[in-house]
Amino acid sequence: MSNTTQLLRFITAGSVDDGKSTLIGRLLHDSKSIFEDQFSAIARTSEKRGMAAVDLSLLTDGLQAEREQGITIDVAYRYFATPRRKFIIGDTPGHEQYTRNMVTAASTANLAIILIDARKGVLTQTRRHSYLASLLGVPHVVLAVNKMDMVDYSQARFDQIIAEYSSFAAQLGLHDVHCIPLSALNGDMVVNRGANLGWYGGPALLELLETVEIDHDVNTSDFRFPVQWVCRVHGSDFGSDITRQSGLVSTETVGEYANGFRGFAGRIEAGEVSVGDEVTVLPSGRTTRVKEIVTYDGTLQTAFAPQSVTITLADEIDISRGDMIVRTSAHPPKVDKEFEGTLCWLSESPLDKNRKYLVKHTTRTAKCLFSRLDFRVDVNTLEQHAAERLNMNDIARVAIKTQQPLVFDSYGTDRATGSFIVIDEATNNTVAAGMIA
Amino acid sequence: MKLVENIVNRHTLTHLDALESESIHIMREVAAECRNPALLFSGGKDSIVMLRLAEKAFRPAKFPFPLVHIDTEHNFPEVIACRDKLAKDLGERLIVRSLEDSIRRGSIVVKDPDKPRNPYQSVTPLETIAEFGFDACMGGARRDEEKARAKERIFSFRDEFGQWDPKNQRPELWDTYNTRVHAGENIRVFPISNWTEMDIWEYIGREKLYIPNIYFAHEREVIRRGGSVIPVSHLVQPKAGEKVEVLSVRFRTVGDMTCTAPVESVARTVDEIIEETATTRITERGATRMDDQTSDASMELRKKEGYF
Repeated sequence: MSNTTQLLRFITAGSVDDGKSTLIGRLLHDSKSIFEDQFSAIARTSEKRGMAAVDLSLLTDGLQAEREQGITIDVAYRYFATPRRKFIIGDTPGHEQYTRNMVTAASTANLAIILIDARKGVLTQTRRHSYLASLLGVPHVVLAVNKMDMVDYSQARFDQIIAEYSSFAAQLGLHDVHCIPLSALNGDMVVNRGANLGWYGGPALLELLETVEIDHDVNTSDFRFPVQWVCRVHGSDFGSDITRQSGLVSTETVGEYANGFRGFAGRIEAGEVSVGDEVTVLPSGRTTRVKEIVTYDGTLQTAFAPQSVTITLADEIDISRGDMIVRTSAHPPKVDKEFEGTLCWLSESPLDKNRKYLVKHTTRTAKCLFSRLDFRVDVNTLEQHAAERLNMNDIARVAIKTQQPLVFDSYGTDRATGSFIVIDEATNNTVAAGMIA
Repeated sequence: MKLVENIVNRHTLTHLDALESESIHIMREVAAECRNPALLFSGGKDSIVMLRLAEKAFRPAKFPFPLVHIDTEHNFPEVIACRDKLAKDLGERLIVRSLEDSIRRGSIVVKDPDKPRNPYQSVTPLETIAEFGFDACMGGARRDEEKARAKERIFSFRDEFGQWDPKNQRPELWDTYNTRVHAGENIRVFPISNWTEMDIWEYIGREKLYIPNIYFAHEREVIRRGGSVIPVSHLVQPKAGEKVEVLSVRFRTVGDMTCTAPVESVARTVDEIIEETATTRITERGATRMDDQTSDASMELRKKEGYF
């Protein structure tokens, strides 16, 4: 593994019937990411169940409850690597009632593989998965047309499916869609190209995963730095063993911190920042300059998303967790107590409009109210319906009021500063996920 | 101040830098939102990586939490020595609670003192959490280790009995973590969830971390029992008919001495271990942990009881 290997997070959406588990099993098996003890365990199970060949789909069966019931109940994360990239797979069940699992896995994904059975073509669930991928802002979509072996590897059938899908994808605003014909069962066009799809000139699935451009998925233009933690050291503690270990403070610079160190620790969620840049602290609106960008490995001239750093500022300004430091620019984030967004309800107890909830957005948590339910979206037809209440897996356009102002961008501009979760204070459960309009 | 050269292309983090930044972010969320957190530290390689990540997250300040070790007293002496050295070098507070304490208290009744103590490992952590009132414990578990772990959240909620309910986990979206618990409940937090065994070794190499020498190949007296190679120690002696061999071995994991098997190896440096890790055909726990092999769901069952 070279030290410049990148990380790609992707999800797989589809049902067991589409051969999703087989596809993941095939990807892991043919990229030599399955270990002998894992393989012998599934070989034993396959034999016990009276199967003729080793069932690769068993690799993704996790918990006892799932094996007993033959279902997948939750998101499982799997890891594999090739010499070109490291991969994290968020494996989500395709069942209708598990919309929330796909939303969860999609929230951190760079790419979504949407699986289609070549015999069945574009189905309701294909539309649902594609809609959720677009709603969660997954930057790249792969339409994997599986079971090509069942349609005689027909190019005409493949072309027919992608023609149907393309108009739908455009309607959803999915820009970067790749369509690949494959057979997970036989291993055609997954890792190896196989001998049956000679008419297809594009990349096999793994090659695409290894090469899809992800650098530009990060919003590099506007600096956004939610303050996570204020790092304080008293002046008298400088020069102690601990401050020396950090590499931050050498004997010559201890004097600089005679009055103590106060840095703002956090992760850069978007953009970049350099020493000397003028920054604005929100919501207060005070401005100052970046004095230093501190890390354990020394100070930086420039830092960028998604680095975790500690920033010191030229002026003493009152800043605490939940504030956001941004570069003073023509594109400031909004600061408001009211906003609109799309909500995905995740809890078994329905939304109660009369109740207050908590919203956690970046590093700030505030009480909130749902002041309006505009409409509910039918994830299968994309039709809008009047919304009286929201149940688990419902997606709706809402208006929200918060007790304190939030500092936000639209989700389309920035996933990190445009997203929030809703917490029920009574149970402390996470009950909804939201994307700011 | 020293200035670090910008060694990567602008706006591209390597996978290790991306994982490191994610872990730092998680640790800072714990420090900022939890009332009384702790970092579990055993002296094993994953927890040594966790310590470096904590330094990166919080220096130049002290860690806003103590280090806690639950000692089975079946640990390798080299690991305990490393634990004590690192805690002292860092100047951080180390709390050690031992299964012996629970045995003396009567909350653990051991049938055979020399048998593996993993079955009892859930009791002492829960007692320690209660003693100090910890509401969050950070641990170095990784999702690639085991299939139950693969389905566990980064912030994993436990009820007042310390139990994990895999069917009823809180949804975890983006990097927005729900850290809230009621009194008596707690969360286990796994900042290196997304790291693999290979990432750990690459990071140990990159950061030049000090680790116990038993991770490197060395000559050791072992016996072969039930398909595994078992180290001979004061707890494991050859039975009649078993032959003691001297092999060149290293440990891929370091747990209870009676149930942690070494692998045959000649890797004496981190680079050589990375090379071996890249070509091994056996999973980390499959090769080394007899306690995970009693049934297909051993880890899941132990986690449900409160194990980390």
